[in-house]
Amino acid sequence: MSSGTEKVEYVSYLDHQGKYKGILGWIFATDHKRIALLYMYSIAAFFFVGVILGLLMKIELAAPGQTIMKPQTYNGIFTVHGVIMIFMVVIPGLSAVFGNFFLPILIGAKDVSFPKLNRFSWWIFIVGSIMAVASQFLRSGPPDTGWTFYAPYSTTTGTSVILATSAAFVLGFSSILTGLNFIVTIHQLRAPGMKFFNMPLFPWALYATAWIQLLATPIVGITLVMLIAERLFGIGFFDPNLGGDPLLYQHLFWIYSHPAVYVMILPAMGVISEIIPTFTQRKIYGYKAIALSSLAIAGVGFLVWGHHMYTSGMSEQARWFFSLLTFVVAVPSAIKVFNWLATMYKGSIDLKPPFLYALSFIFLFIIGGTTGLLLGSVATNIQVHDTAFVVAHFHYIIFGGMGFAFFAAIHYWSPKIYGRMYDFKRANIAWGIIFVGFNMLYFPQFILGFQGMPRRYFDYLPQFQGGQLVSSIGGFILATGLFLMVRNLVLGARKGEIAPANPWNGSTLEWQIPSPPSLENFDEEPVIKQNPYDYE
Amino acid sequence: MSEKHNHVEEHRDDEASKLGMWLFIFTELLLFGGLFIVYSIFRHEYYQAFRESSLELSVTIGAINTIALLFSSMTVAMALTAMQKNDKKTALIMIGITLLMALVFLVNKYFEWGHKIEHGLYPGSALMPLLDRGHLLYFSLYFFMTGLHAFHIIVGMVLLFICLFKVKNGSIHPEKYALLENGALYWHLVDLIWIFLFPLMYLIS
Repeated sequence: MSSGTEKVEYVSYLDHQGKYKGILGWIFATDHKRIALLYMYSIAAFFFVGVILGLLMKIELAAPGQTIMKPQTYNGIFTVHGVIMIFMVVIPGLSAVFGNFFLPILIGAKDVSFPKLNRFSWWIFIVGSIMAVASQFLRSGPPDTGWTFYAPYSTTTGTSVILATSAAFVLGFSSILTGLNFIVTIHQLRAPGMKFFNMPLFPWALYATAWIQLLATPIVGITLVMLIAERLFGIGFFDPNLGGDPLLYQHLFWIYSHPAVYVMILPAMGVISEIIPTFTQRKIYGYKAIALSSLAIAGVGFLVWGHHMYTSGMSEQARWFFSLLTFVVAVPSAIKVFNWLATMYKGSIDLKPPFLYALSFIFLFIIGGTTGLLLGSVATNIQVHDTAFVVAHFHYIIFGGMGFAFFAAIHYWSPKIYGRMYDFKRANIAWGIIFVGFNMLYFPQFILGFQGMPRRYFDYLPQFQGGQLVSSIGGFILATGLFLMVRNLVLGARKGEIAPANPWNGSTLEWQIPSPPSLENFDEEPVIKQNPYDYE
Repeated sequence: MSEKHNHVEEHRDDEASKLGMWLFIFTELLLFGGLFIVYSIFRHEYYQAFRESSLELSVTIGAINTIALLFSSMTVAMALTAMQKNDKKTALIMIGITLLMALVFLVNKYFEWGHKIEHGLYPGSALMPLLDRGHLLYFSLYFFMTGLHAFHIIVGMVLLFICLFKVKNGSIHPEKYALLENGALYWHLVDLIWIFLFPLMYLIS
């Protein structure tokens, strides 16, 4: 395929003039690439709100006792930090941004199956997000339940829980519609010759993710509606004083919210599976194993929710069974890691920024994953349950995993998205600062948690001061690195050198079309290779 | 493999829209699935109270509603077949009957609920907190589940109304009836959920 810039009619999707002009041309766009960017800008904005809330907590915890805020304010801040980061950043994150942009391109399609539904998903995402942020500012005060909204406290506290849970419900609806759209797209719009097992691995991961979004989200939806009804009408679904069962809430909540963890991490693994073959110039090792392990994670992931509830009062049988299943779900994750490592073996490794992020993803994901096993086994869980250890574990998975994969993805694909290249040196420096800051921020929390520092506490004993201080300093280093990274990316996207169509010598379809792509991605029918990672 | 299309805006794929509808139906089933779990747990815990409370419901009205919905499921399927056979008039009549049956269902529901509300048996009433826990949960679940179902009936009616107009003005025609097909699918879902609700709420004694 020839480079598109030589063609007369080539207009990039960024310059394409549709029915509407200016900003309306974006808000009313049905082009999957524009919708992806809308998601990216809004998610980035919410991410920085979440970061600021996180930093406020770190300042508060830098010294024992009250530092900059009252305990109730702290409760509100960790709740809203959680709600924003979980429901508005990491759950939609990779699939709504890079999934929207690259899924159709990677399978050789012109758009997703339902472009208007896709636009509608973004609209309700924004509505839900506004509701969630607004809950912070209502007169009744920000919700103080934690992002999990555990009953019966959430049914009795006077804060604006109803608005926050409604926000989560609306955001869930957006997530369902995106998942639905992706499943149908993958089934219907693959280019001729692209069989399921010719698909690149990012679409595979998105496919597994989409099924989780579709099947798990309705459960949390109805649970949150029940919670709202309970608050409004005094129905006792979950309040033991009214005959209800708080454990029931926890079960229903985690039936969704554990699979939701895989909504966060599966697309991240997909991104890594794209980046590693490109920067080692080698065919991916164990293609089928990686593809199918995504489905295995999605499937088994539905059955492990009980490991959040070992100390809540479940029967002994239920506990060992959930523990067993938790260990089982670690197997497909490990399969992926081993295959990535095997792909690198004897590859011509090129340490460019996307690959640096991908490598640190693997490193952090292994720490997060193995500490997850510590939490998954019943005996050790009881020691560290609800401590800073848990906080460290899930930040290693969610931020170290999904977050670093997001950064890897943006460094990998931004030349394709904007047609311009960022500065490598600055990108590497920002990566170094982020990596150091991240580990300083979260690693001490493993130790603190082991020593008994509970999570979500506003105050602590003087013996935890050292670790907390290191953690707080790490938080600021991390934030500095994030700032430098974003600055470099923005500068690159606006003023960077013009990027060639295939700067990394990648083999998948997105590198065969001009950067930035045209409105309909492909001017001529894409040619499908037997294996998407063919470097021979 | 999918058919090729020339332009994003003119894109049309009936196969895709049907698949999308089925997936959406899965999510609806899981939405109610969550409620059925809650129902079964509390029914297990408060078996006696659930039995007693269900005696308060009128099996006759429930049965009439069941028949109305089953009948409407049949008529909407007939409307679809008529459309496929290019019989516009029959299709219109059948959609009309479906909507009428839906209305019958809602009117019945209105009287049924009104009767309960008269006796103070509704979530948030002064009487409810005085009941014992099992009765309270039964009636709360009754209103919650039938309420959510009634909401789906209304959504389904809106969908079928749109179909009615589109059949009338010819934008649904024998070559393009995906919307009517999806409306009918949704209507079958609404019917199906009621088929489960009816025995669980009315017939357990």
